[in-house]
Amino acid sequence: MSVTTAGRLRKNRGAAPLQGLFWRLPWLRSVLLLLPPVAWFVLIYLTSLVLLLITAFWTIDTFTTQIVQVWNLDNFRLILNEPAYRLIIGRTVGLAALVTITDAALAFPFAYFMARVASRRTQTILFAAVLLPLWASYLARVYAWILILNHSGILNWSLQWIGLPPANIGYTYVAMWIVFSYIWLPFMIIPTYAAMERVPETLLEAAADLGAPRWRAVRDVVLPLAIPGVVAGSIFTFSLTLGDYITPILVGGAGSTFIGNVVYQSVGIANNVPFAAALAIVPVAIMAIYLLIARRLGAFEAL
Amino acid sequence: MEGTWTKLALRIWVALILLFLFIPILLIFFYAFNTSNIESWPIPGLTLKWFSATWDDPEIRSALALSLQAGLAATALALVLGSCAAFAIHRMTFFGRDAVSLLFILPLALPGIITGISLNAFFSFGGFPLSFWTIVVGHTTFCIVVVYNNVLARLRRTQGSLIEAAMDLGANGFQTFRDITLPLISTSVVAGAMLAFALSFDEVIVTTFTAGAQNTLPIWIFGAIRLGQRLPEVNVVVSFVILVTIVPVVIAARLTGGGGAARVPAAR
Repeated sequence: MSVTTAGRLRKNRGAAPLQGLFWRLPWLRSVLLLLPPVAWFVLIYLTSLVLLLITAFWTIDTFTTQIVQVWNLDNFRLILNEPAYRLIIGRTVGLAALVTITDAALAFPFAYFMARVASRRTQTILFAAVLLPLWASYLARVYAWILILNHSGILNWSLQWIGLPPANIGYTYVAMWIVFSYIWLPFMIIPTYAAMERVPETLLEAAADLGAPRWRAVRDVVLPLAIPGVVAGSIFTFSLTLGDYITPILVGGAGSTFIGNVVYQSVGIANNVPFAAALAIVPVAIMAIYLLIARRLGAFEAL
Repeated sequence: MEGTWTKLALRIWVALILLFLFIPILLIFFYAFNTSNIESWPIPGLTLKWFSATWDDPEIRSALALSLQAGLAATALALVLGSCAAFAIHRMTFFGRDAVSLLFILPLALPGIITGISLNAFFSFGGFPLSFWTIVVGHTTFCIVVVYNNVLARLRRTQGSLIEAAMDLGANGFQTFRDITLPLISTSVVAGAMLAFALSFDEVIVTTFTAGAQNTLPIWIFGAIRLGQRLPEVNVVVSFVILVTIVPVVIAARLTGGGGAARVPAAR
């Protein structure tokens, strides 16, 4: 036996145990593959989130702005007792709810057409047409509305052209409502469409056979089965509006402070990270409650 | 089936929604050619002068360079981590499967500000000064899920029998991976990478809290819009960013048949 053959044999023997090990313990390969990404998330992301939660129970020394690591509920007490913060939270949650309802109402007929009326080809085209604005730059889409809504923008020009008075809704709540609804609309359309597409046509035929007019079948068959999709979409529309601060700054004007704006200022200007952390927990807590209610209503069962 | 009138009403509704979705985006491209530096409608004339002015601006150039570098680094990391996770999850059914998927989507479903200040607190407590790499870490965290979703969806559609056949014919694990698995999943990997880059290139909120004093392109845009300064250049930059974020989606949708670019839970 030559030296090279022996070497090759040894090399093969070196590789074989590993492959053999994977063969005998198929989960081992998965665990090894899963380790880096899960470690990344646990060590960096989850640790960060936990750290945020802990920081919320600390305070800062108002003179030195150094963090004082003493457990207390001062931040939460301030948020709950100070009317200004209650107003801001109410405004944020109210607008997030309004945006979610608006998007659901806009998306439902669109998704219905996509899933149940359009041909296969039209379906593909519409799907792509929704994906493009979903991905197109967030800042660009907010900025576009500044151009549209400003005093000498295309909206007032169009109104004037058809003989109506100018609207002047730039830098108001209405502007924020429009812009948020616009930005998150694709996030609502896609899951609603996906849920409706899964409703078998036979169910609608059965409803028709039993004498239900089409609108009745839509209301009593399609709508309930589409709810999980709407809820999935609403998680995005609601949560992303709750935490936003860019849109309120850019299109909201004076007196449109959101939770996110106060968080942003607390970190960036006041350097009060504990208070920012406590306030940032508010949208997370609201989302958690929202998800629990959605789950109670059975919204996740069909997902 | 729907009546004629219902169908017509639905068609009109769909057309109006499409106009609502696309008019604002198209409008920005018009403004990029605006001769005036006042952003009013209708624009008085068309010019290309802002394109060269933007290209020659050193501030914009360095922001662009930072965005490209951070985007590429985050995409590379997300590619490795997301593919690893997809392979692991695909191979086995285990109790934590849904938990892992949920964990990965969390940075996109939670408001960016939560991820942003969490990471900011993490870096400051850990003693890591904000730098290029803290931006990359933040971006990688929310980019992993798009690679993961794309690769996992493809692996689920791939027939296991092809891999078994390769093994039966004597290929070892590495050969099977290189000659069978990789060609089958390659387009989904490319799609995932392009989408991850698009996501990173446009991100502003997490970046604000992880970038320190540096400007990425979105941070520059936000600052300029906020101050209402240099809007002609903003028009050009923003048009460019729209293209950079849209083109990957078009390609990714072609490579994966649409579903891969959904970003929201669309298909099971």
